Amino acid sequence: MTIELRSLEQEPSSTKLALSLAFAGLISGIIIISIYEATLPTITANKARELREAVFKVLPNVSTMQKLQFDNGKLRVRTEKGADEDTIYGGYGSQGQFVGYAVEGAGPGFQDTIRVLYGYLPEQRKIVGMEILESRETPGLGDKIFKDMAFVANFDDLSVDPEIKAVKKGTKSTPYEIDSITGATISAKAVVRIINEARVRWEDRLPAPGNEPKLESKKTKDEG
Amino acid sequence: MAINIKDPSAVQEMMKGLWRDNPVFVQVLGMCPMLAVTNSAINALAMGLATLFVLVGSSALVSAFKNLIPKQVRISLYIVIIATFVTVIDYALLAVFPAIHKELGAFIPLIVANCMILGRQEAFAAKHTVGFAVMDAIGMSAGFLIALFALGSVREILGNGSLFGIDLFGAGFEPWVIMILPPGGFITLGLILLFFNWVTERKARFLQQVVAAEQARG
Repeated sequence: MTIELRSLEQEPSSTKLALSLAFAGLISGIIIISIYEATLPTITANKARELREAVFKVLPNVSTMQKLQFDNGKLRVRTEKGADEDTIYGGYGSQGQFVGYAVEGAGPGFQDTIRVLYGYLPEQRKIVGMEILESRETPGLGDKIFKDMAFVANFDDLSVDPEIKAVKKGTKSTPYEIDSITGATISAKAVVRIINEARVRWEDRLPAPGNEPKLESKKTKDEG
Repeated sequence: MAINIKDPSAVQEMMKGLWRDNPVFVQVLGMCPMLAVTNSAINALAMGLATLFVLVGSSALVSAFKNLIPKQVRISLYIVIIATFVTVIDYALLAVFPAIHKELGAFIPLIVANCMILGRQEAFAAKHTVGFAVMDAIGMSAGFLIALFALGSVREILGNGSLFGIDLFGAGFEPWVIMILPPGGFITLGLILLFFNWVTERKARFLQQVVAAEQARG
């Protein structure tokens, strides 16, 4: 009541209104920048750790990884920041021998972009693991692409020739087929399509088996 | 905070948010997060706590600066204050609990648009002292949290057969998938509102009967 009376008495000038808004905005900006700066290292570290864990999950028997980059027609160890779609991860065993690649692919799912990471052994032309990095698929249905372990296990030993195919659950008969998810056909097919697309894109970029980039000794940390 | 916690009116300001003026069951405010993130108990709890932080923080600030805030731009200033707290909790969750942040997704920034929070600034914090405003904010957000948690637990138990991710019924239970989908939110909320109104009505009728009996005796 008192506030209303006061405002009837004297209308504050526009300058005062603008100033109070500007002041609030300034304080708010400073707070937001400080919290952003304060949490940024943790957030970046979390994301890098998540990716590393995913690489080790999709490639069995791997103890080190390094980022590889495709540029000028050749796959080499990534030295500076390049485009993310030209980057894959090389996994190496305990003796430093090459094991396989972890390739990231992304594409539209049922609701939003799905980001997938899969492990690939070029010599055997086989996918040996799949991990969903990001998805907003329907809880209870589409999210089975990472919650339904039977579906995820489809990708543990999967031939890529001629291409991966999703078939009705329980009818998998060839090494390149996967059992789809009942009630989440679109999400399951999206995962398959994303992997196929990524594989086709990388098919000609990967060097012949045996000519993979060597592990650079100190390159065990990859938070680039 | 110049307020005695034992002061009955301060406690009343807090308790009213829990039942009599519960923001969800009585005022039916904040329905967007209410329906969107209550597909599991842990999500509901996280959203409730984030809202508590934002509401208590902005109520305290708004009430402390109420004499400096020009009436003409008060709503914009409230939003700036609320949005600042929301951004703080958004980054904090992303850094400390990335898994929960992933689940809640876009609904954390959307706390800004929760009308319950703006409503409390306009209806209460702007007219009362800091102590009362904080008590009111705690009560209201606790009421909101209880409502979210009730809805989240019911939906997770029926829709997933678990609570806090712990399996309750074993392999024999066929989950009612609809309960964790959007329709399940509406169904559960409707049933809880029905129950709430039934209890309130029964209480009112009981009081009436007591009054009538008193009159008859007198």
